[in-house]
Amino acid sequence: MLDGLRRHPTLVFIALGILLAVLPFLTGATLGNSWVRVLDFVLLYIILALGLNIVVGYAGLLDLGYVAFYALGAYLYAWLASPHFGIHLPFWAVLPLGAALAGLFGVLLGAPTLRLRGDYLAIVTLGFGEIIRIFMNNLDHPVNVTNGPQGINQIDPVSLGGFAFAGRHEVLGMTITGPYFYYYLFLAFTLASIFIAMRLQHSRIGRAWAAIREDEVAAAAMGINTRNVKLLAFAMGAAFGGLAGGLFASFQGFISPESFNLWESILILCMIVLGGMGHIPGVILGAILLTVLPEALRYIGDWQRAALGHVVVDPNDLRMLVFGLALVLMMIYRPAGMIPSRQRKREFAAEDGVAEQEQASLYDTKA
Amino acid sequence: MDIFLQQLINGLVLGSIYALVALGYTMVYGILELINFAHGEVTMIGAMVGLTVIGLIMGLAPDLPGILVVLGGVLVAIPACMLLAYSIEKVAYRPLRKAPRLAPLITAIGVSIVLQNVAMLVWGRQYISFPRILPEGQYELLGAHISYLQIFIVVLSLSVMASLWFLVQRTRLGRAMRATAQSKEVAALMGVDVDRVISATFLIGAAIAAVAGVMVSAYYGLAHYYMGFMLGLKAFSAAVLGGIGNIAGAMLGGMLLGIIEALGAGYIGDITGGFLGSHYQDVFAFFVLILVLVLRPSGLLGERVASRA
Amino acid sequence: MLTVRNVSKRFGGLAALEGVSLDVEKGHIYGLIGPNGAGKTTLFNCMTGLYGVTSGEIHLDSAPIHNRKPHHIVHQGFARTFQNIRLFANMTALENVMVGRHPRTHAGVLGAILRGPHTRAEERQIHDRSLELMDFVGLARKGRTLAGHLAYGDQRRLEIARALATEPKLLALDEPVAGMNPTERRQMADLFLRLRETGITLLLIEHDVKLVMGLCDRVAVLDYGRKIAEGAPESVQRDPAVIEAYLGGAE
Repeated sequence: MLDGLRRHPTLVFIALGILLAVLPFLTGATLGNSWVRVLDFVLLYIILALGLNIVVGYAGLLDLGYVAFYALGAYLYAWLASPHFGIHLPFWAVLPLGAALAGLFGVLLGAPTLRLRGDYLAIVTLGFGEIIRIFMNNLDHPVNVTNGPQGINQIDPVSLGGFAFAGRHEVLGMTITGPYFYYYLFLAFTLASIFIAMRLQHSRIGRAWAAIREDEVAAAAMGINTRNVKLLAFAMGAAFGGLAGGLFASFQGFISPESFNLWESILILCMIVLGGMGHIPGVILGAILLTVLPEALRYIGDWQRAALGHVVVDPNDLRMLVFGLALVLMMIYRPAGMIPSRQRKREFAAEDGVAEQEQASLYDTKA
Repeated sequence: MDIFLQQLINGLVLGSIYALVALGYTMVYGILELINFAHGEVTMIGAMVGLTVIGLIMGLAPDLPGILVVLGGVLVAIPACMLLAYSIEKVAYRPLRKAPRLAPLITAIGVSIVLQNVAMLVWGRQYISFPRILPEGQYELLGAHISYLQIFIVVLSLSVMASLWFLVQRTRLGRAMRATAQSKEVAALMGVDVDRVISATFLIGAAIAAVAGVMVSAYYGLAHYYMGFMLGLKAFSAAVLGGIGNIAGAMLGGMLLGIIEALGAGYIGDITGGFLGSHYQDVFAFFVLILVLVLRPSGLLGERVASRA
Repeated sequence: MLTVRNVSKRFGGLAALEGVSLDVEKGHIYGLIGPNGAGKTTLFNCMTGLYGVTSGEIHLDSAPIHNRKPHHIVHQGFARTFQNIRLFANMTALENVMVGRHPRTHAGVLGAILRGPHTRAEERQIHDRSLELMDFVGLARKGRTLAGHLAYGDQRRLEIARALATEPKLLALDEPVAGMNPTERRQMADLFLRLRETGITLLLIEHDVKLVMGLCDRVAVLDYGRKIAEGAPESVQRDPAVIEAYLGGAE
């Protein structure tokens, strides 16, 4: 069966294409329209996870403040396309700006911190994420930049040639709502992200990232400017985050600091860890699972109501608990993820005492 | 002037609590080179257990003096936290001791999430207030106020730190801990039971965290399932500021961070011409953390972090 | 080609190198020997940018390379291998060598994403050159094996291929035959001679005195961080200080 599929890749592609094309209608018809929104979020999270995967999976840099870049993209979109400042730029102008701004912040944050050892980097990025969130929460006075905890609303939806992606439209006699249109928009961006992530992985830069992840000293001894190449990973990942942030803002029409807390960063990290760091199919699977699972968990509430007459444990409360447990169990039992890349599988079994000592000495030079 | 002195006092009190939590981070890091991300949550559990017990005692013996009630809470919180930390180490960290660095850190984050959410299920989402059973009152000092509670917290913190110092410097266990921090392999060759030392480190850190947890909830008058996160981050920053792995450094770093925060919050409005207000108090810890890591990664009292791989 | 002038390196109070000077001539195989802990690897690390020097200067073709970053030195044409083999263990053997092409190629992020004709040509060139080098060191059929799965001797060879991919004019090998049997050693010696024929200058740290003496054009002996002798292998072999410090103990 699998062999047959492999022999006809075009057929598989066509089938997959058709499936992806009708998926929202299939979902809407069977599970209900609310699931089309879930579908949109799945795509959004795939973009985010692919971006973080460049940083964590490819280059081996643990970034716990990833959501800050997501927030930057979202807020930039809100500033440039909402009544908040009265600016209404089109999405095709704002999205690249958001990605660029996030990328720039990635470099600004990375430049002083990337020479630190991995776990320190994790904490610094985490601190950076919190700083951004605190600013979002408080920059509503004396000048109202972020509108504080209330957030910014009435953000312009994406519109193409006067056709807004929000509200209801009659297409071919069917009434189609915003989430359907966004599905196709997000799908386009997701496919582009997958394409970019794959191209990057199998390139000179991708090999340099892998080399740094494997052994930073040896990578430097191969003529790789480890600092710049790491910065590049950071900036690329951040840009993905900024892009996703812009998409999120336009899709929701409303953003507030609440959407960009640390746990969002951890959630995205979970997706990567769960699926298999550095491995694109794994990352996609992780993103799908962790976006759909909480939605599915809602049914637990319904079951409880049906069986016991009331909700004993709010499934929303269980969500993070399950994620936390998953992180611990995955690290202990399947550290390479559910569909690991062949490389990561062994990497997690390796030990590197000497490696680190010499890695430390890498930054000993008075350049 | 009195604002300055007042903020200095507040900072010192807060700082002594940070210092206690920072000790837990620094001791574990000194031995395992692990950022025990869950330590803040252990502190939170300490506060929660302490408050629950305090509530129970007040129900059973309403006439008991407040200070004894609080002491009772602390005395139950300590073993509870120790048990918790012991199990965390055994179940979640020990299997990963030889794994690359990211794995235990991710596990630690996972443990932290689990603890937070379990606490939320057990104690609920709402703030739990600390009963006003401790003697209230304050002294005046050059125009600034210092309350009995503040004095109590500082004195208790200092005595905990002094005991820890004695334990590490003067006892067999302390010597074994210092040896293990230098080199696990050599310590093992010298007959030190490294696993036991690591467990002991977690136990001691957790016991101190329990004290800190109850005190911080007494100081702010409340506890919350989410309180451990920020507290933990700040304490970690304090540990880095002082020089991670260095016990005296954690104490110094905690005090300093508390003072920086209090003064910063007191003066940020003046400094920025009213642009930023005291809401930004929480930002200082991170700026300090980032600045220290960039300018002097070894911290104030630490050896060079880079060379301690 | 390589000039080391009065290089000292201290770790804290401990002097690992004291006033070491060397001259490596183009086209030579230059041997660096000495007892364990004599400072050979430290000197290598200073030369290749892993350590800064405490004092002294190192020049490669009259360009100063002391206290420069490792990647900069590789760009200058000075590559190395490691005593404790440091391959990218979870990448394939071929990928390892391809990483070595990094400093001689240019494709950036945009090139990687668009993969235009220029990038594709470069990728093909990286791939082909890497295969050639694998073939040159005798690993022609091992390209798809994970580096970590290669046999020990093959790993050493792969490290050399990877270093060669950076197009060095000077290649520093840190104990390249350590742990090999006599047959493998002969093969390696043969490889070194072939390398010299291609015009690459070799700098060799070795414990195997016989190999060094048979192969090297010139030899320097380090002991306790100082150079105690330098010259043609035969004269060094007869130097009383060397016999005292090293050969005397070994034979």
